[in-house]
Amino acid sequence: MHNHEAHHEDAGFWRTYVFSTDHKVIGIQYGMTALCFLLFGFCLMMVMRWQIAHPGQPIPVVGPLLAAILGEVAAKGIMAPDLYNMFGAMHGTIMVFMAIVPLAFAAFGNYVVPLQIGAPDMAFPRVNMASYQAYVIGGLIMFVSFFIPGGPAQGGWTSYSPLVTSIPTDGQTFWIVGMVFLITSSLLGAVNFIATIIQLRAPGMTWMRLPFFVWAQFVTAFLLLLAFPPLEAAAIMQLMDKVAHTSFFLPTGLAVGGNLAHISGGGSPLLWQHLFWFLAHPEVYVLILPAMGIVGEIIANNTRKPLWGYKSLVYSVLTIGFLSFIVWAHHMYLTGMGIRIATFFQTTTMIISIPSVIILTCMFISLWGGAIRFNTPMLFVMAFLPMFGIGGLTGLPLGFGYSDIHLHDTYYVIAHFHYIVAPGTIFALFAGIYYWFPKMTGRMMNEFWGRVHFWLSLIFMNCIFQPMFAQGMAGMLRRMADGGANYSQAKVPGAIGGLGANIMGLNTYILWAAICLGIGQIPFIINLFWSIKHGKPITSDNPWQATTLEWQTPTPPPHGNFATAPEVHRGPYEYSVPGHSTDFTPQNEPEAPKPGTRIPVPELA
Amino acid sequence: MDIPYTVHARPDTGLYNAKVGIWLFLASEVMLFGALFSAYILLRVGAPEGFWPRGWLNVPVGTINTLVLITSSITTVMAWASCKMNQFGRFKFFHACTILLAITFVCIKSYEYHDKFTHYEVIFKDGRIADGHIVKNDPKADSVTISGHFVADRKELFDLVGPNAHHPHEEIRIPRDQILRMERYGPWHHTYLAIYFTLTGLHALHVIGGAIVIGFLWGPGSRMWKTDRERFTNRIEVSGLFWHFVDLVWIFLFPVLYLI
Repeated sequence: MHNHEAHHEDAGFWRTYVFSTDHKVIGIQYGMTALCFLLFGFCLMMVMRWQIAHPGQPIPVVGPLLAAILGEVAAKGIMAPDLYNMFGAMHGTIMVFMAIVPLAFAAFGNYVVPLQIGAPDMAFPRVNMASYQAYVIGGLIMFVSFFIPGGPAQGGWTSYSPLVTSIPTDGQTFWIVGMVFLITSSLLGAVNFIATIIQLRAPGMTWMRLPFFVWAQFVTAFLLLLAFPPLEAAAIMQLMDKVAHTSFFLPTGLAVGGNLAHISGGGSPLLWQHLFWFLAHPEVYVLILPAMGIVGEIIANNTRKPLWGYKSLVYSVLTIGFLSFIVWAHHMYLTGMGIRIATFFQTTTMIISIPSVIILTCMFISLWGGAIRFNTPMLFVMAFLPMFGIGGLTGLPLGFGYSDIHLHDTYYVIAHFHYIVAPGTIFALFAGIYYWFPKMTGRMMNEFWGRVHFWLSLIFMNCIFQPMFAQGMAGMLRRMADGGANYSQAKVPGAIGGLGANIMGLNTYILWAAICLGIGQIPFIINLFWSIKHGKPITSDNPWQATTLEWQTPTPPPHGNFATAPEVHRGPYEYSVPGHSTDFTPQNEPEAPKPGTRIPVPELA
Repeated sequence: MDIPYTVHARPDTGLYNAKVGIWLFLASEVMLFGALFSAYILLRVGAPEGFWPRGWLNVPVGTINTLVLITSSITTVMAWASCKMNQFGRFKFFHACTILLAITFVCIKSYEYHDKFTHYEVIFKDGRIADGHIVKNDPKADSVTISGHFVADRKELFDLVGPNAHHPHEEIRIPRDQILRMERYGPWHHTYLAIYFTLTGLHALHVIGGAIVIGFLWGPGSRMWKTDRERFTNRIEVSGLFWHFVDLVWIFLFPVLYLI
């Protein structure tokens, strides 16, 4: 075997850090870029929360800056409704497609999956690099659209036609082109992940010996592979509507601004919604499954017990993957679909909650009787469980057509899915960062500031999203630039169903909670960068005393990952095996040969 | 450690890496074209009675193009088989045919596009409708000449296969000041043309992309034959799988757009 490390050093700065084909570098590139977008998307929302709490008043601190950069829509530091729409659309787009998916799927998947299956790299390293580059290009196109005349897309992250086609600015065109790049990036990544997991498992790594995280990524990759192309098709058609003036999504007799539009007509606005949600519902599981995978790894490691019901977890993830393709129209109950169709989608929606509950239950039971180590990753994971529970259970009323009629498009929906994605997925991602950081850098992140970060995040996440349930049930609609002021009792005294002062008052409370949440992230950002150079050095390659293969490599793993090709002899979570000298048995530790027996030859895969 | 199974098949899956990759990629392509086909179905089902065009495309030309693509699929298989049989010269010949057939396909397709882009529907200010191909359209002249016919009802334009479909064509000179609207048969003219141009355009991009890859493997890429024969043959197989998929898409496109 020739010396890969020396080969790697020779490659030079650009080839090593910018145009690298090494899965670990690409994983870190994805992670850093996605974290930047996560912060950016959060900042957009903080500005929007000011507008919601104090509509029409100049934004403090950043107001003059926005006025200088964005011009008229932020004149005198006051947020125009158009700007609110732009920020809203871009907040959703950035968070879903440029922050969470790249972080959960591409960053963690790239860094951890090849290590966990005992592979030297991904199956197609250059495709992997192309995937990251497509992501950066897509992200740049989205980012640049903030500065073009007319600003970025403003039709919501859902981009419903004919609304977005009739907005006369170029923002939507940028959005579509950017999306095509992001979709391409995800497709290349998905092909690579599936091929890697099928082909590059180390000898002895059978399917039922795969760590749960790998299973989660495997199913996620299939969701991306099969759900994204329909959105790409829809994006192509919307681009045709926008640029070639076709009428895919524009109905006959469409009037824009009171005038009959010069179009051929004959298109279907519902077609866009179907194609969009055919992606966007599996996308929800793309957001949550990698998080569940991370949670499984950290729970097993910190309870020092095998995951309870490993097989149930695997089959549940597979079931979710399949069912997530046949629930999409529960986002569309209010489009006037027939009772029969609605019943079908209500039924599938209720069925998909069963495997989700199985996963959550297995995770909870795994805690039972464990000698739990409460370190920072474990704290985030322990918070993930109830937070995801709240998010999941509050989704049930939205899955039923009748209750959804009341709750549709209200703040209740926002609270529901943010509970899944923010204190759910993002908490799991934080946990993953704290957990795998020592493998990436050879140093631990600071434990005290990690805990500060955890408690501030937990408290203020709940302060932000819990009140939104109340606002939504009171009837406050989402996507209103004035935060519901026009529908308040204060504006129209005595109106039936008008929003009361207590409900409106929550807006101010949420604003301050959001600001505190932002402040609560500062310890994390400093901790992340400070620990790269100054964190406590780890004394072993396996600081958490874990069983899975990524910890059985040098730290940080060299190009090619393993010093010697690993062979796998056991399942992923053999913790506290009676009679073993330590409370963990790594997957590549050979079976102790019984006297008089032959050493077992590992079967391939 | 080097990446395993780049050339030889993994025993338990029976596949080398790139073959897994291309099949997965094709699965996503199925979803891409599948979405566009379902869009076609929805648009067609949603069109009012009599407004979904019949016979707007030239079936003989489409048939020729279908045969061109099927032939190219055969030459692709032969090229791969030649590699397997160690006959490099035959490989060169067959893939040269594939590339020429691909170019033929794109040329015929451009001819069809050109035909649509020179086809106009002209609505007069007095309500009359003329329809036909442009003969003379000098922007400086005060009139436009088309070779076509007048129709009483716009609906007549949508059915070109029925019993009353065939009108004698004549040269019609139309003074510009009588024209209310004049629109060519581009994608904006009708949702049928929109889906026609989108589907065939996307398919043509796939043909061009595939031809470029095959062209590369035929030309500069074929140097690998000398250094790593097996890997080169794998590349021919993988690019061939893509090519067959592109043909398969056309096999669906042709009846959907031309015949039914």
